[in-house]
Amino acid sequence: MSTSRKPPEPVHLVKHRRDKALSALVDGVPYIRFMGIGFDRRGDELTAVMNYDDKLIGNPLIPALHGGATASFLEVAAIVELSFQMLWDDIETGRLDVETLTPDALPRLPKTIDFTVDYLRSGLPRDAYARARVNRSGRRYASVHVEAWQDNRDKLFAQATGHFLMPQREG
Amino acid sequence: MAETRHINAEQKAQIARQFIEAIPFSKALNMQFEVIGDGVAQISMPYSEALVGDPRTGVIHGGAVSALMDTCGGAAVMSYPDAPAGTATIDLRIDYMRAAEPGQRITARAECYHVTRSVAFVRAKAWDLDEDQPLASASGAFTIAQGKAAEVKP
Repeated sequence: MSTSRKPPEPVHLVKHRRDKALSALVDGVPYIRFMGIGFDRRGDELTAVMNYDDKLIGNPLIPALHGGATASFLEVAAIVELSFQMLWDDIETGRLDVETLTPDALPRLPKTIDFTVDYLRSGLPRDAYARARVNRSGRRYASVHVEAWQDNRDKLFAQATGHFLMPQREG
Repeated sequence: MAETRHINAEQKAQIARQFIEAIPFSKALNMQFEVIGDGVAQISMPYSEALVGDPRTGVIHGGAVSALMDTCGGAAVMSYPDAPAGTATIDLRIDYMRAAEPGQRITARAECYHVTRSVAFVRAKAWDLDEDQPLASASGAFTIAQGKAAEVKP
């Protein structure tokens, strides 16, 4: 048994690697940019943030976010969470070379099979947050639940469940 | 009689245009009304680079297709005879049967097939090149607003 332990990697390198991988997943997708969606990362936990913009409104009289904007936000949050989890081990072991990582070099993304959105209250004209949980991720299929809120974490304004077809990975 | 129908059709088309103009998100996606009336709505959306979900293939993001289906479902509910002009989505399920063809306009048609005093039930489908080869289908429930205060008078 060896007594020499590998020294822990400097924290800035760890963060850099994880953030690079996340931005490769997110920055290359035009629709995520169009929607003004970004991601906060704490370790492996992601929070999707949809910055308010007037174009996201569906009913100007209330005013309320468009159901389609909410659905898009939830679906983006679900796919990025699932993809980030799928890549996590490769990011941590360094198998994924983040320095040369471009959206083209990433493994293919999961494909949505179905997505069901539950609208709990109308979306207010302000920033929205979402967190997704992968309930099951097999070799071929994954089931993801996602919750979105605005000012108050306990008052969800929408939630969704989606099923995804996982990309076939070589090796 | 025929003339009355003609006026109604024109008025309906005008309401339909105003409807999209009044919805910022639908306007941002360049949605366009094609057919509306009696609980059926057909809306299309042009291909745009900004809506791409997979940069490698150029395929439109599922979320944009959801937005089209949701708008179309809401329009179908509002066009249902005697339904009030306001509605909100309660739930919407989308099944993605295949990827949309890059570069192609996507069209959705929604049908409000049953209405109670409080709820409207809708099914919808979306296609690009051929209506008989849908790329997605949807089903959902929408609210029926109580009271007629919000009704649109052309």
